[in-house]
Amino acid sequence: MDTKSRSSRQAKAKAASQGLYQRAMKESVLKLDPRVQIRNPVMFLVWIGTIVTALLTINPSLFGPPPDQNPLLFNGLVTLILLFTLLFANFAEAVAEGRGKAQADSLRATQSDSLARKLAQDGTIQEISSTALRKGDVIKVIAGDVIPVDGEVTQGVASVDESAITGESAPVLKQPGTDIASSVTGGTRILSDELTIRVTSDPGKGFIDRMIALVEGAERSKTPNEIALTVLLAVLTQVFLIVIATLSPIANYVNSPVSITVLVSLLVALIPTTIGGLLSAIGIAGMDRVAQFNVIATSGRAVEACGDINTLVLDKTGTITLGNRLAEAFIPVNGYSVKDIAQVALDSSIFDETPEGKSIVSLAERLGVVVTIDRSASDGIDFSARTRMSGTDLPDGTHVRKGAVDAVKGFVRSRGGSIPAELDAEYEHISGLGGTPLAVCQNNDIYGIIYLKDIIKPGIKERFDQLRRMGIRTIMLTGDNRITASVIAREAGVDDFIAEATPEDKIEVIRAEQAKGKLVAMTGDGTNDAPALAQANVGVAMNSGTQAAKEAANMVDLDSDPTKLIDIVTIGKQLLITRGALTTFSIANDIAKYFAIIPAIFAGAGIGKLNVMGLASTQSAVLSALIYNALIIPALIPLALKGVKFRPLTANQLLGRNILIYGLGGVIAPFIAIKALDIIVAAVGLA
Amino acid sequence: MLQGWLQIALTLLIVIVITPLLGRYIAHVFLNERTGLDAILNPLDRLMYRAIGLRSMPDMTGWQYIRSVLISNFMMGAAVLMVLLLQPLLPLNPTGVGMMNWDIALHTTISFLTNTDQQHYSGETTLSYGSQVFALGFLMFTSAATGLAVGIAFIRGLTGRSLGNFYQDLVLSITRILLPISLVGALLLLAAGVPETIAGALQLKTLEGTMQTIARGPVAHFEIIKQLGENGGGFFGANSAHPFENPNGWTNLIETVAMVAIPSSLIYTYGIFTHNLKQAWLVYAIVLAFFIPFVIITAIGEFQGNPQVNAILGEISPNLEGKEVRFGWAQTALWAVTTTATMCGAVNGMHDSLMPSGGFSTLLNLFLQIVWGGQGTGTAYLFVYLILAVFLTGLMVGRTPEFLGRKIEKTEIVFASVILLVHPIAILIPAAITLAFPEALAGISNPGFHGLSQVIYEYASASANNGSGFEGLGDATVWWNLSAGVSILLGRYVPIVALLLLAESMSQKQPVPMTDGTLRTDTGLFTSITGVVILILGVLTFLPVLALGPIAEAFQLSP
Repeated sequence: MDTKSRSSRQAKAKAASQGLYQRAMKESVLKLDPRVQIRNPVMFLVWIGTIVTALLTINPSLFGPPPDQNPLLFNGLVTLILLFTLLFANFAEAVAEGRGKAQADSLRATQSDSLARKLAQDGTIQEISSTALRKGDVIKVIAGDVIPVDGEVTQGVASVDESAITGESAPVLKQPGTDIASSVTGGTRILSDELTIRVTSDPGKGFIDRMIALVEGAERSKTPNEIALTVLLAVLTQVFLIVIATLSPIANYVNSPVSITVLVSLLVALIPTTIGGLLSAIGIAGMDRVAQFNVIATSGRAVEACGDINTLVLDKTGTITLGNRLAEAFIPVNGYSVKDIAQVALDSSIFDETPEGKSIVSLAERLGVVVTIDRSASDGIDFSARTRMSGTDLPDGTHVRKGAVDAVKGFVRSRGGSIPAELDAEYEHISGLGGTPLAVCQNNDIYGIIYLKDIIKPGIKERFDQLRRMGIRTIMLTGDNRITASVIAREAGVDDFIAEATPEDKIEVIRAEQAKGKLVAMTGDGTNDAPALAQANVGVAMNSGTQAAKEAANMVDLDSDPTKLIDIVTIGKQLLITRGALTTFSIANDIAKYFAIIPAIFAGAGIGKLNVMGLASTQSAVLSALIYNALIIPALIPLALKGVKFRPLTANQLLGRNILIYGLGGVIAPFIAIKALDIIVAAVGLA
Repeated sequence: MLQGWLQIALTLLIVIVITPLLGRYIAHVFLNERTGLDAILNPLDRLMYRAIGLRSMPDMTGWQYIRSVLISNFMMGAAVLMVLLLQPLLPLNPTGVGMMNWDIALHTTISFLTNTDQQHYSGETTLSYGSQVFALGFLMFTSAATGLAVGIAFIRGLTGRSLGNFYQDLVLSITRILLPISLVGALLLLAAGVPETIAGALQLKTLEGTMQTIARGPVAHFEIIKQLGENGGGFFGANSAHPFENPNGWTNLIETVAMVAIPSSLIYTYGIFTHNLKQAWLVYAIVLAFFIPFVIITAIGEFQGNPQVNAILGEISPNLEGKEVRFGWAQTALWAVTTTATMCGAVNGMHDSLMPSGGFSTLLNLFLQIVWGGQGTGTAYLFVYLILAVFLTGLMVGRTPEFLGRKIEKTEIVFASVILLVHPIAILIPAAITLAFPEALAGISNPGFHGLSQVIYEYASASANNGSGFEGLGDATVWWNLSAGVSILLGRYVPIVALLLLAESMSQKQPVPMTDGTLRTDTGLFTSITGVVILILGVLTFLPVLALGPIAEAFQLSP
């Protein structure tokens, strides 16, 4: 997809965001339901704490006479701050979910229940509801219809508007038999002609349904790393729970009793509420970011796995080079001139509609050669995988051909011609330049070689350099011969290549890498890519690809841009970095909170000197720490949703950078913020 | 003053020099490579294997290793408990001691079985020579060997090897490491003046004309394994402050070095197992970065003495209360920090008399458990912290965290968390109960902040399997014996189970090759981060009790 349509989509999303925040605010109140809260152990503890302090606000002497001054105001303030801590955490999750929902809604709009023309066995057409369609049914769609379900075209040629899914406005041609163009997606609109389609998914399990479920977060199961982190956060919470629960008798023993409200406050300040409140929002936002890139992941696990990828297996064509090779030069042999070979090449290509063929024509015309043959009386010979040649049969019985060098050699020999020695030298020369050599002949006479040049995508070398810095290896697969492949590999800067590769080679390469413990990502579109897509740890299928490829992959790129694999890796890493950065920040905060609260509440035990921040009073210290603890959640929501910016650096550079910002920052920031809040709290006279 | 600091520096230097030598030797033993002692000891090993019926030595799974540890420990514990309860009927009782109370016998058995050696009794008046040498002396070898075996199994798992065979590791720990070094060490101590006799106590007429009973016994060999195995249970009640256990500067040096020798070398052993000595030295540096400041603040505290006493004296006088004058402030401070850091628990002075800075350092050692740490287990805890640090900060490089090429996932975090959780449970909960009923339970000699430190110290020492006492507690009661016993058991066996399962889970993972995208854990940056993670996870938990114990006491002494 071009950047224009993507940015227009984002603009649309922005317009919808006003309503989004209102809905999220409502959601954050509804999410106070304990049945929702219990799913997050850290925040559930805050929830219980809020209830306890609320009861103490109603009756300050509930657990015995309170040692605090003005317990009613203090308890009330603590309850209010804790309540807001909960609401902020809920809000973060609701905003993340809401963004996904907005995207899902626009998708769902394409998916209204419609009538489908089901083709019965006997060929009669039966109108039934699209929801009654089952896998294997055959339906007919005509111009103007919305295609009701995912399917495979079995008959007809038609143009289809897929903009609802891809955002790409240009219609796509669909026809049976071809690998690429035969699959259609439910929710897209047929613009011309008619198609017969075999249904490939049951209702509710189609592509769009999967997409909706994922961006909505409805089926979001926690990813492995998220689960591990949740365990650790729960254990830290338990540790601090033990610390706080045992503190009361210990403090009483040294005659420095602490009120329940202060204990609850200390507990909430110490448990990792910041990351606990933002964790699910980070996960949802990560999926959302992938979706905004127009990629559909089948699970969060797949997105997370992207960050761990060690090796990318890339097809040369379309990923590393522009799809089309262009004629660069004519190289004559046998004593012919450039014009001679240009003439023959032009004759052989006049019926050739491929981009390569067209580029040969235009190169020849640039050299001043004109078509002299009678087009209507000649026959075009199409390229086939068997002959590996194409050309033209002229009315006078002359046969001109161009094609793979050894194929043309065979053609010439079979007609009693001879092969000039210089041909092989030129063949190797062109291969050595990374080009594809095509031999040209007229009957049994070889004229020379056309140099087809592969155009390496601009900027791709820099991207591979970035990947290398991130420790990711790239392997290029190509059908080209070894010499050509090695030159392109060198120019594009890939780490390794497999020349003359077959689809089976793909899966071999992936297995070999995995045997070394590496995680492999690849892209593919054809049916014969499906096993490799399934074998790869991250398989990205092109939306233009076959149904089989899409089923086997764990992601589908709606724009069918294989280069995007590199972006997906970045998104996966960004998700993990964001989670790590906020975890580190949250835990580093504890140091300052301890230094704010402990000296304040035990000032009676003579450790007032530890009050390094010079906080005004016990109550103002506790309130400031709690207010900081609550406010930091909304302050970090934008970061959680947008993700920490990823830079292509080595792991050690990244660690150094991020530990400085989120680790050291996490230690220092709360000292400053709590002190500032304390000044305000004391000035306002709250404590 | 300079002399004191030089003594401390010299001891540390000896420890650092020994580390690579002993570390390499330990690695040779447990990698089943040839060592110089094979010719003499192989037949002995074979005899032992035959005696315990070990025909082949298959590698064990995590649970098999755990089961072997638990069953063998239970059997040894049961046998020792019987000996202690029946000691009046058993031979080698020249001093004619009587029955032990059941609760003290139980606490003592648990305590020595787990390498804790917390003593709620005085050896010379409660135990016969037979009980000391055959029951407790036996456990001093096996408990140290158990810890060492677990530590080695953990390192094996972490580095992708199978865990090994517990019985073989146990035997090798004894015959190749503990026994040979003890033999040499005991002879050195003997030469330096430590007694070794089975004759009963001496009855002497003193210069004042009164009769005095002088306790003695087979001390030298008991002493060296007490130190080397990080046991710490003294032959005499006064432990290494007693002139027969630790008569002079030389014996003090030998005994101090013996405490640290194995846990420090084990870090180097890890380096050989991973072929990454750089990481080993970096981890070593983390430990020193805690250890040296602890020694310094403790030593300064003792050197400057009590400000309130100084005010009366009108000069700065080192705090010599509860110290042996022959060791002075420096060697006592060094010993106090070393014995709590290494989980040895032997003392050469009263920890109760340390200045608050000493109380702070020794308590912090017990809370952290990684400043050298217990025999085998301390090194393992260090790497658990490394794993936690990788998990917490490693995400920030954009990959699933890995340690030694193995992904840290839920299983590893669960087991690491168990280790993190068990220590506060075993310390804070019984301490809170005790302090909630101070009259009924505590028997605290000094109320207030110092009394709080006494109680916390007792349970911290139990749970960390250290065994030293802050003292000053009337701790020979049923409550103390049982509650400390529970803390000891929790602090010993729960982490061992978690460590072995964690190691097994790591060993079964397919290692991911190292790339530029891999977070290197053997850099100065990552090592520093680990240090901070240790501080946050290990210290913040106990900051409130530290604040109300030694810190409050320090402010009380010098407001």
